[in-house]
Amino acid sequence: MSTGLISLIVLGLAAVGFVLGRNRAIRDAGGDTRVLHSLPFFHGLVVFLATAVPAFLVLILWLIVQPMIVNSRVSGMIPADVAPDAAAQTLALSDVRRISGGLDAAIDQDKITPDELEAMTTDATDVRALLGTVGVALGSDVNPAVFEAAKAYRKLDATGAIGRTIAVLAAALLGFGIAFPRINRDFRARNASERFITVTLFAASTVAVLTTVGIILSLVFETFHFFTLYPALDFFLGTVWNPQFRGGSELGILPLLWGTLYVSFIALLVAVPVGLLSAIYLSEYASRRVRTVVKPLIEILAGIPTIVYGLFALITVGPILRDYFAQPLNLGNSSSSVMTAGIVMGIMVIPFVSSLSDDIINAVPQSLRDGSLGLGATPSETIRKVVLPAALPGVVGAILLAASRAIGETMIVVMGAGAAAKLSLNPFEAMTTITVKIVSQLTGDTEFASPETLVAFALGLTLFVVTLGLNILALYIVRKYREQYE
Amino acid sequence: MNDMRIAERNVDTNESKISARKVQVYYGTNHALKDVDVDILDKTVTAFIGPSGCGKSTFLRCLNRMNDTVASARVEGTITLDGENIYDAKVDPVQLRAKVGMVFQKPNPFPKSIYDNIAYGPKIHGLTRSKSELDGIVETSLKKAALWNEVKDRLDSPGTGLSGGQQQRLCIARAIATQPEVLLMDEPCSALDPIATAQVEELIDELRSQFSVVIVTHSMQQAARVSQRTAFFHLGNLVEYGETGQIFTNPKDPRTESYITGRIG
Repeated sequence: MSTGLISLIVLGLAAVGFVLGRNRAIRDAGGDTRVLHSLPFFHGLVVFLATAVPAFLVLILWLIVQPMIVNSRVSGMIPADVAPDAAAQTLALSDVRRISGGLDAAIDQDKITPDELEAMTTDATDVRALLGTVGVALGSDVNPAVFEAAKAYRKLDATGAIGRTIAVLAAALLGFGIAFPRINRDFRARNASERFITVTLFAASTVAVLTTVGIILSLVFETFHFFTLYPALDFFLGTVWNPQFRGGSELGILPLLWGTLYVSFIALLVAVPVGLLSAIYLSEYASRRVRTVVKPLIEILAGIPTIVYGLFALITVGPILRDYFAQPLNLGNSSSSVMTAGIVMGIMVIPFVSSLSDDIINAVPQSLRDGSLGLGATPSETIRKVVLPAALPGVVGAILLAASRAIGETMIVVMGAGAAAKLSLNPFEAMTTITVKIVSQLTGDTEFASPETLVAFALGLTLFVVTLGLNILALYIVRKYREQYE
Repeated sequence: MNDMRIAERNVDTNESKISARKVQVYYGTNHALKDVDVDILDKTVTAFIGPSGCGKSTFLRCLNRMNDTVASARVEGTITLDGENIYDAKVDPVQLRAKVGMVFQKPNPFPKSIYDNIAYGPKIHGLTRSKSELDGIVETSLKKAALWNEVKDRLDSPGTGLSGGQQQRLCIARAIATQPEVLLMDEPCSALDPIATAQVEELIDELRSQFSVVIVTHSMQQAARVSQRTAFFHLGNLVEYGETGQIFTNPKDPRTESYITGRIG
């Protein structure tokens, strides 16, 4: 039975449980719901949750554990001559999964019967051709051991699926069996469902935290792997980025880091003045009518997909900068340039600066403005000397958040700044950033265990550390600012 | 101590500093202040009393055109300062506010150092030519506000770090530093404890020798203690205006009597 169908059945059981629990409570109260400790709804809810929650927990656990067990059983069946090392083992296992999937498809499409499959061997049948007819293309002929492993994998998987269905339904019925008899007029169903909900909410927040931890761990693990293949010192201090498919690459991060910082710097050079000045206008000068129109319009900028900004950079900003600035000034004739990507990225992050700064400037107490105006200061003096200094920490926080957004941006850079890793001061030269190189290293055709691919994780971890640092700094500043007024 | 004790009535001058004639204030369609006629004397403390929402703060904010910063407010009638209509088109409200200083209900020191708080007004108006002159203004302003001895060793520490009463005296010193001719105070003691209130009241009495002080207060005892003249506002009307002693001991209007004896308000 598929996971979706099991979930539906569990939900159906839980719904039935809800109705039964609710009715039992009402019956126990003799039809007078006022004598119940909790409203009938809560009695129903307790049965519903007791049925659904444990069943889903079992389902999730099973879905995580089953592939682990099956993989370890199957990988034992693959002989060492097929898979001499860990990487080949991984490849063989993915072959096993594909073949097993193909066999399933073949049976579904009535190309073979299950009994025929049981008797089939690689000597007698051309498995590769058979799987080709059901749309599973294999790179080479099927090794007999791998084929046997695939058959075993299919069987284990099928057994697992049956076990899963039974376990989940058993958990649902058990939950129902425990909760339902306890429903009576004095049962504190309201409190019980409250506890259930607390636990559920806690579990939900744990998922987010664990995911973050998982992401960091996977990055750290692969980065460590990379540094065993490539010296860390060369990575952090190398000034040349020149990956080769046949090995002997030079993988220095400095040109990429330089490109990232240069593009982000130009982006901030655009976004900070425009964003800050429009925030000041909106919060201090604009009438309510102007504000209700202009603010959402600026925020629309944040909702435009970055690929659209990339197109804008590619076909509009890039050629304009080349024709009217770079060529007349003899600074190069590439339409992809740091300047192009920086300006377009700056436009993209304007709403981050303006919207946050606007909120922060609005949070400065009116009494400070009154105090300044009451001393005979003009509105602009008041803003410059009282409001902005008071809002400064928050504004800095907003700028840092915008900066970490700019540093992580990929699409605009690919289309606006090109893909050439260079260390240059000329803003009209094509350069590239860390994120772009992560994409290009991982989408190449090199094998996964090579330093050329693994470097992507080291790049990702570096980027993560940089943006995390910026975010922590921003949060720290914003928090410090909050203490001042609340 | 008798809280209803009446301050000395030795009004030094009978020169009128501010004259208001037929002042009307509207907030949108709400007619908040109706036909107010008042003459505020020089070197005198004038108290505005009345129940909440009676228009006393609104009228105070008309005197330095702070109502201009409220988009929906509209002021009619004439208010003259030394004979010049402050609502005249050629009067710059920014210049006016330098002459008519204001202290607010809640202490609102800028998040800057004590020194910079005081120096703010003199700096924006260009009142000084040198740093030492500015130092002098800061010192005399703090001395006049009776704060100098408490803060002279920490002029560089933030003004927001002072206690509530000290903050309010800092705000008074800040207003004095621009050398105003009139000082408006909008319930300056409502956020302060009794000790700080007493200090500020003492200060107001001293300031009277140099400026005309107008104070809005909810406390009738305070009005009796610090003011020489009192105006009673009710529902947007100026009900009665006269010597503080007369208002509190022998009010002419029955509404004033009801208010000071606690029957309305």
